[in-house]
Amino acid sequence: MQTVVYDGSFEGFLSAVFDVYEYKLSDVRLVPEYRHQPSMFAAPHFVANDVKHSDRVWKGLEKKLTKAAQEQVYRSFLSELDGIENILLQYIQYAFASPIFMEEDYSHNAVLSVFQTAKKVWREKHRMEAFVRFQKTADGLYYGIIEPDYNVLPLIANHFTTRYADQRWMIYDAQRKYGMYYDLDTVITIQIQFSEEMAGGKGVASVYDEGEEFYQQLWQQYFKSVNIPARKNTKLHIQHMPRRYWKYMTEKHIAQGPSRAKP
Amino acid sequence: MNERVLEKLSILADAAKYDVSCSSSGSKRKNENGGVGNAEGMGICHAYTEDGRCVSLLKILLTNHCIFDCAYCVSRKSNDVKRAAFTVQEVVDLTMNFYRRNYIEGLFLSSGIFKDPDYTMERLVTIAKKLRTEEKFNGYIHLKTIPGASDTLMKQAGLYADRLSVNIEMPTELGLKLLAPDKKREDMIRPMTFLKNEIIANKEEQKAVVKVKAPLFAPAGQSTQMVIGATNETDWQVLKLSDGFYKHMNLKRVYYSGYVPISNDSRLPAIGTPVPMVRENRLYQADWLLRFYGFTVDEIVSPDDPFLDMQIDPKLNWALRNLHQFPVDINKADLEVIKRIPGIGIQSAQKIWEARKFKTLTWDHLQKFNIATSRAKYFLNMKVQDFVPKDYTPQQIKNFILSASQTKYAANHSPQLHLF
Repeated sequence: MQTVVYDGSFEGFLSAVFDVYEYKLSDVRLVPEYRHQPSMFAAPHFVANDVKHSDRVWKGLEKKLTKAAQEQVYRSFLSELDGIENILLQYIQYAFASPIFMEEDYSHNAVLSVFQTAKKVWREKHRMEAFVRFQKTADGLYYGIIEPDYNVLPLIANHFTTRYADQRWMIYDAQRKYGMYYDLDTVITIQIQFSEEMAGGKGVASVYDEGEEFYQQLWQQYFKSVNIPARKNTKLHIQHMPRRYWKYMTEKHIAQGPSRAKP
Repeated sequence: MNERVLEKLSILADAAKYDVSCSSSGSKRKNENGGVGNAEGMGICHAYTEDGRCVSLLKILLTNHCIFDCAYCVSRKSNDVKRAAFTVQEVVDLTMNFYRRNYIEGLFLSSGIFKDPDYTMERLVTIAKKLRTEEKFNGYIHLKTIPGASDTLMKQAGLYADRLSVNIEMPTELGLKLLAPDKKREDMIRPMTFLKNEIIANKEEQKAVVKVKAPLFAPAGQSTQMVIGATNETDWQVLKLSDGFYKHMNLKRVYYSGYVPISNDSRLPAIGTPVPMVRENRLYQADWLLRFYGFTVDEIVSPDDPFLDMQIDPKLNWALRNLHQFPVDINKADLEVIKRIPGIGIQSAQKIWEARKFKTLTWDHLQKFNIATSRAKYFLNMKVQDFVPKDYTPQQIKNFILSASQTKYAANHSPQLHLF
């Protein structure tokens, strides 16, 4: 088995697919650098991330897949699941070999798997569009922190840009240690060290806009008031809003909003 | 000042929570003016209450002062509750600040009726107008239309709101007369009809190619809600009414709200009576069958057998009463027929329909498609692992399915609520 190591980026992955065809590699295993464990017995093939190569593969796929299916390939990749590259490679090889659109051939393992993975990533994207909670700082920046199961930040930026066209915002993925910042004009990717203190809204009051604490309190009150105790259904609640997301959700932080000075 | 707003919010959100609609989908309002908000496309649930309901909109009453005395309503005139009223600006500020923090998709504003219907409706319209014109707000706005408000105000409401709704309140006219003597069904049907005509006319205008685009009028359509289990209506009556709304009023949604006992009024179920949650769920399932699965009301319930089965879902129930239409060959049957197989939803049916063009599908494939195989197997004409199809009776199949899914449904069968 030939191990093929790429840099972990989507372009790198597409370059790896290019290499598989270019060097006629067979029986390969695609591994991102961050998962690669050197072995004494086999020399891996290292992929150079080359825009020309990745572009050729992507443009080639354009002719073989509908736009929606191409999107599925990208989304599945963002799942970062162990081994997803190999399923995607099978999918791409099938696409290139097939004379007809093959993306609805769900009895094919790779096709079904890409379809299902893309769906999971899409759900996570949708969840993050829902669960981001912005806090407004004194200088008018709305910032929110997330820790999504999959790397969905590149997928959600557009949603927030259209929606909050007139406010500066930043969403930071604390798991993957990068964020996206919108400055009223464009969105840029940023890498900063973010203090843990800020995470749960536990920061110093002076960092916040003066209305921030009040609106968090109002939102918490609202969340409490709309509940109908006679219909309590904890299982359903958790199913829709799994505990792992609560950390950054204002309404789940009753005890620890921004520091509240008691008069 | 702040404390007072906090208190108002708790009173007026609490009073609004029995309105179940929280949909924020189906609008076409884009952010085209560089403002805030975008109500395009699919709705978003930003949170879920502890009872598992979607929180999508800031759902509040403008006031819970009310001149009416509807027995099933917490805000009824004779009820001894704290009363409050927001100012126009307070509602605008709450909406904008919640929206900017990504708490909500928009505003769902309703109100108790103070002074008269027009006076109340005018306040609601003022708030929507202010959000749209002064705050450049393009998020979702759902306004409750007050029965008896003038057509002029309704028309204005439609220009600013994405969705309008008139609650039909009770499934039967008799029930309404008994519990809400101040209200007449005619007062609800009339505005619905008005809105239907305006929405259709506006759609035509949108289609016409003209230089200046016609303004949107309630682009997400209208919906309604009825309270279930407060009177002795049958499911057949409920579904017939819904079906009529979908067919003749172009309604997007009908919501069913299981009655939550809030009063000692002898006309109503006593306090402590469980909320009919299973029934509510079954009604929604039946509603789905009407809207997406091509079922008619008469296939689901009939005047002779007017109640839904609480133990099994209405689709399975239909299949058991129509076993002569099964088993189905999923490699040959029409899509519409596949959709009717218990355990196979619309998306799975679609997947089967597409995948079989490439290859004959087997049981192994179906299992990977995540369909509810434990149900579907009784209705399929294919080789199923470890399962020999026999001429089971409907009752036998029902029992098999119930015992296989016991963990999931057992608790729900009993009319008693489970307390943890």
